[in-house]
Formats: sequence, C-alpha cells, structure tokens
Amino acid sequence: MDYRTVLTTCTYCGCGCNFYLEVLDGQVIDTIPCKTHPVNEGKLCIKGWNVHEFIQSPKRLKRPLIRRDGVLTEATWDEALDYTVSGLKAIKDAHGSDSIAFLTSAKVTNEENYLLQKFARAAVGTNSVDHCARL
Amino acid sequence: MTNSISEIEDADCVFIIGSNTSSSHPLVATRIFRAKKKGARIIVADPRTIQISSLADITVRHKLGTDVALLNGIMHVIIQRGWHNVSFVEERTEGFEAFSKGIENYPPEKVAEITGVDAGDIVRMAEIYAKAETGSIVYCMGITQHTTGVDNVKALANLAMLTGNVGRESTGVNPLRGQNNVQGACDMGGLPNVYPGYQPVNMMDIQKKFEKAWNAALSDKVGRTVPQMLTGLTDGSVKALYIVGENPIQSDPDTHHVKKALAAAELLVVQDIFLTPTAEMAHVVLPGTSFAEKDGTFSNTERRVMRVRQAIDPVGDSRPDWQIIQEVSNRFGYGMDYSSPEAVMREIASLTPSYGGITYERLEGEGLQWPCPHADHPGTRFLHEGMFSRGKGLFHPIEYRPPAETVDEEFPYWLTTGRVFAHYHTATMTRNSPTLDAEIREGYLEVHPDDADRLGVLQGDAVTVTSRRGTITAKTAVTDRVQQGLVFMPFHFIESNANVLTNPAHDPVAQIPEFKVCAVKLEKAPL
Repeated sequence: MDYRTVLTTCTYCGCGCNFYLEVLDGQVIDTIPCKTHPVNEGKLCIKGWNVHEFIQSPKRLKRPLIRRDGVLTEATWDEALDYTVSGLKAIKDAHGSDSIAFLTSAKVTNEENYLLQKFARAAVGTNSVDHCARL
Repeated sequence: MTNSISEIEDADCVFIIGSNTSSSHPLVATRIFRAKKKGARIIVADPRTIQISSLADITVRHKLGTDVALLNGIMHVIIQRGWHNVSFVEERTEGFEAFSKGIENYPPEKVAEITGVDAGDIVRMAEIYAKAETGSIVYCMGITQHTTGVDNVKALANLAMLTGNVGRESTGVNPLRGQNNVQGACDMGGLPNVYPGYQPVNMMDIQKKFEKAWNAALSDKVGRTVPQMLTGLTDGSVKALYIVGENPIQSDPDTHHVKKALAAAELLVVQDIFLTPTAEMAHVVLPGTSFAEKDGTFSNTERRVMRVRQAIDPVGDSRPDWQIIQEVSNRFGYGMDYSSPEAVMREIASLTPSYGGITYERLEGEGLQWPCPHADHPGTRFLHEGMFSRGKGLFHPIEYRPPAETVDEEFPYWLTTGRVFAHYHTATMTRNSPTLDAEIREGYLEVHPDDADRLGVLQGDAVTVTSRRGTITAKTAVTDRVQQGLVFMPFHFIESNANVLTNPAHDPVAQIPEFKVCAVKLEKAPL
C-alpha cells in the first residue's frame, strides 16, 4: 500500500487555497486543508473540499482525438501532434503568422502559459494570444 | 488586489460591490466575516440580495450598469461634506480639480433617480466608507463585465484615492479574480499586447530583449483579443485557433456567434482535460492533465505565486500541458528543451522583473507575492506604499453611461448572470464531481414573485427566455433576491446556456463583454 499526501494549490477560484491531496495507490482519495497557509488557514469551501472528485473522473480525455470523416476518433500522440503541426505550418505558409491565434488558459500553470505565448510569439510569429481574463 | 486577502479582516470598513463573495470567493468572505466580528462596518452594493448582504450595515440594490453613477454620488457627498482626505489628495494625487468639477453633476437626489438607490442610503454609504480609518474595497465581475468596465474600476480608484484608502495595510482596491491562475496567465504575457511582466510588445528595447533571449524575430504588432479572434474567424482573416483549457462555447457571450466563428476555422486545436462543448467542435483534441498531475506554479488574486505539485501520474495517455506545448514547438521547428517546469521558471524570472526573485526553492511554504524583483526581496503584501507606479495617483473624471442594451417594450426584463456556490465557471470540473453535482444539477432563472404572478408561473415551472441573440428554456426560482423587472441566471449549465442570451457588446478599452446586463423577454414555456 502506497499512501502519500501532496501539498498543492487549488485549481478553482483565484483565492489560491492550499491543501494536501491524499493519494492511495495512485488514486486521489481525499483533500485535507493546509492549516499553515496564509490564505485559507485550515479552511476550504465546498468546491475545495471535493476537488479530488473530478481528477480521475471516467470522463477524462485519455487519448488524442482527430476528426476523421466528421467524427472525433482516437489517435496516437504522433498522429495528433503531426496533424496539429502540419496544419499550423500550412496555414502560416499560405496566410501568414497573424492568421493563427492562441487562447491560453487561466487554468494551466504559469510555466505553461509562458511556453504557449513563447511558442505563439517566437515560433509562429504572432502576438495574437489572449485568454479568458475578461470572462 | 492592491492588498492581501488576510488584511481584509483588519479593515474598519469593507465596501463590497459587484462581488457575490460568499459564493464565488468563500475564503475571502471568511475574512469579511472576521472583520465584521472585529467591529468593521460592511457596505454591500449589488443588484441582487446576496448572502453577504445579511451581515451588512447598509446594503443597496442599484439598477444594472449604474455603478459609475452610484460611486460618483457617493463621492459627491464626500466632497460636499468635506469628508475627503485633503492631505492625501494634495500630496499623493493629481487631477483633483477637474475630477471634483465633474462630480458636481452627481448630487444624491439625481443619482437616486438613475440607480434606484435611496438618496439617504447614498449619504450613509459615503459617511461609513469615508470616515473609516482603513477602508477596503472588494469587487469582482459585477464591476468589470460592463461596456463601462474600465470606467467602473477607475471610479473605484477615485473613491479610494479621495479618502486616502490606498497604499496602507487593510485598505485598497481589491479585485477578486475568478480563476485560479487568471492572474498568472496575465503575468505570463497571455495577452496580445504584452510579454511576461506586462512589458509592451511594441516597445523597441523590450522587443530586442526578447528577440535576444528567445533567439527569434518578433512582431511589434499588437495581436488580437478574444472578440477580435472570433471576428477574424468569421471574416476569414484568422484561419487557425489553438485553444488550451478554455471553453468559449459556454464562457463567451452570444453562443450562436461563437459557434459560427469556431465552425469557420480551417484548423481548431483544443487541448483540455474533458471533451468540452468547445472540444467537440475541434479538428484535433490533445489531452492535457489536471493540476494534480504536474508540477508548476499558480498566481492567486493577491499576486501570490504558489507551487503546484504532482500527486499522481497523468490519467490514461494524457500529458502535462507544458510537455505538449514543448513537443508541438519542437516539431514546428522552434526548439524547446526544458527538463522541468522549474527550468521554465528560471527563464521566466530572468525576463520578468516582477518575478525576478522567484525560485521554486523560495516558494516553499507560503509562496511569494510579486513584485519580487530580486533574490533577497521578501515580496510585496500591498502596493502603492508612499508612491504610485506612475508617481502621483491620477484622478479620472468619469461620466455615467448607460449599458449598451436597455429594456424596452419587446424585451422588458433586465438579465444578469453569475456563479452559484457549488459550481465553477463552465462547470466542466464541478459537474464531474458527484458531491457538487448533487448540490445543484441544472440551471434556473431567478424571478421576482410579482413577475412570476404576471407570467402565470410557479416555482419550478419552465419559462423561455429570449434576447436579441437567442432563446433558451429554464426552470424558475421564484425569489425576492431579485427585484421586480430583474432576472438572474447562473452560466454553469450548458442545457440552459445563459450565454446564448448575453450581449457581446464590450468595453472599448478592456474589450470585456457586458455579461452583466442585457434585455430579455419571458414566456411561460408550453408543457
């Protein structure tokens, strides 16, 4: 039996509460609020207390999908990445950098946001990168 | 936020406007409850009666979109009665003359007519806030999601400066950000006009700095915002859209327009953890991971950068988003070779002055609040101490402008939207959480009892709601939380998608859509 607790930051609102995810044999089984964190001081809201429930939902996307004959169909990572990259390249070549736009995310990490805007600006050559700050 | 969450509990006055705090930011509400217990006066201004109204010393329900008028009315009273902080205004600000001249046009009696708030209440609000030693303003999307969003925020800044409630502990102008890392996405340059750390893309020395660091030629042309991307897709100037962890089909105003735009894309790439309504339209879907399956950092609403730590392996064949982006970039021909998110943070710190002193090692424990410019800097609990970023604080004269859409004979009801306590945004996560799903399973429309009588509907009856953009059906929740003539809907539920109705008209500067105000008609739905 492998039991661990992992301290991390909540994925819901902008409060940024900290808690421990309880992990038993690779399954996230519960959430324990962090008592020493300056934002939540051992408290959580109903969403935070139950944050472990969606993580391993059976509805999670588990494999890449490519639309074939109008239907999203499971594909390998190689196929999906090639499809994405060849599509982006063809559009950049035919219509220029500013014909491509990116929506980055208020849900992913700082590091991921940084990499996506770097990819948009340095690789594709466009500043058309925005996210849902206004929504 | 100019100040920190923990400081709110020591304020003498908390002024909450356009924030359903206990529902949307419960752990900020906790601090307001504590402030109340310690003797603070609480002011709530919201078009609806919300839970936190119940502990307020004064609560007003102003008409949708009349925030500027209400705030100007409060400031009119403060200036007329000499309750403003003269020394702060003289030493720390400029533009007071022109500003106070403009405010003369907003006597409480006139503001009462515009806002529907009793003139006596306006005077009481002014007195409580202005006479507090430390007054903290707390606001949320009820302030920003308007065609006058920027004006609303500037009016709040005027109010804080007028009373000297900025640059000190337990004061400030404090927006509560709705998403865990919306602050970080902005900080990291997830915006069309700035690189990380809000460094403008159209300034030559900044461009040169990033060209050198990234070894690439960069564009000095400001990019497209979300609404401009959608317009671009519709008119053919945008051909490809790559979406990471967003669900615009449900989160953006005027869903029919959004769908049409996304359908026009030659290439729609969606990277997400669930097959959202937006992912269902994609040409290719890349399965990313949740926060529990990767390392990294989030930056919260008080600018606190905190660690995210991997707890489990990625679900199925999904991959951490940073690895997916790196792989796409490498295949595209632009090399990225980061061994870990920590390596990415080292590069961020080297290029982003406000994150200059941030390392994973230093984030252990409580994290760090930016600005944190160097390795010995302790971080910044509250901003604008002694001086504003621009030097002196500038008063902006702001005139009241009505919302883009107002009620008329055909569409006689005001509609506003928001969140409920058990769900989060487009609910892709919370509706997949059995406990939260059990709390609230479907959308609803809050209707005042008199309006329900007029429509001939009872609690739970279905009504059709129609705006100039579309029609949806929802069950009624008959309640006096809303005033007569006003209806409210949460936007979490795709089956009764409130954003089919909302107005995409947006603020000219911030381009934020007017989610909080549109005009609708209601009809009893056929059985």
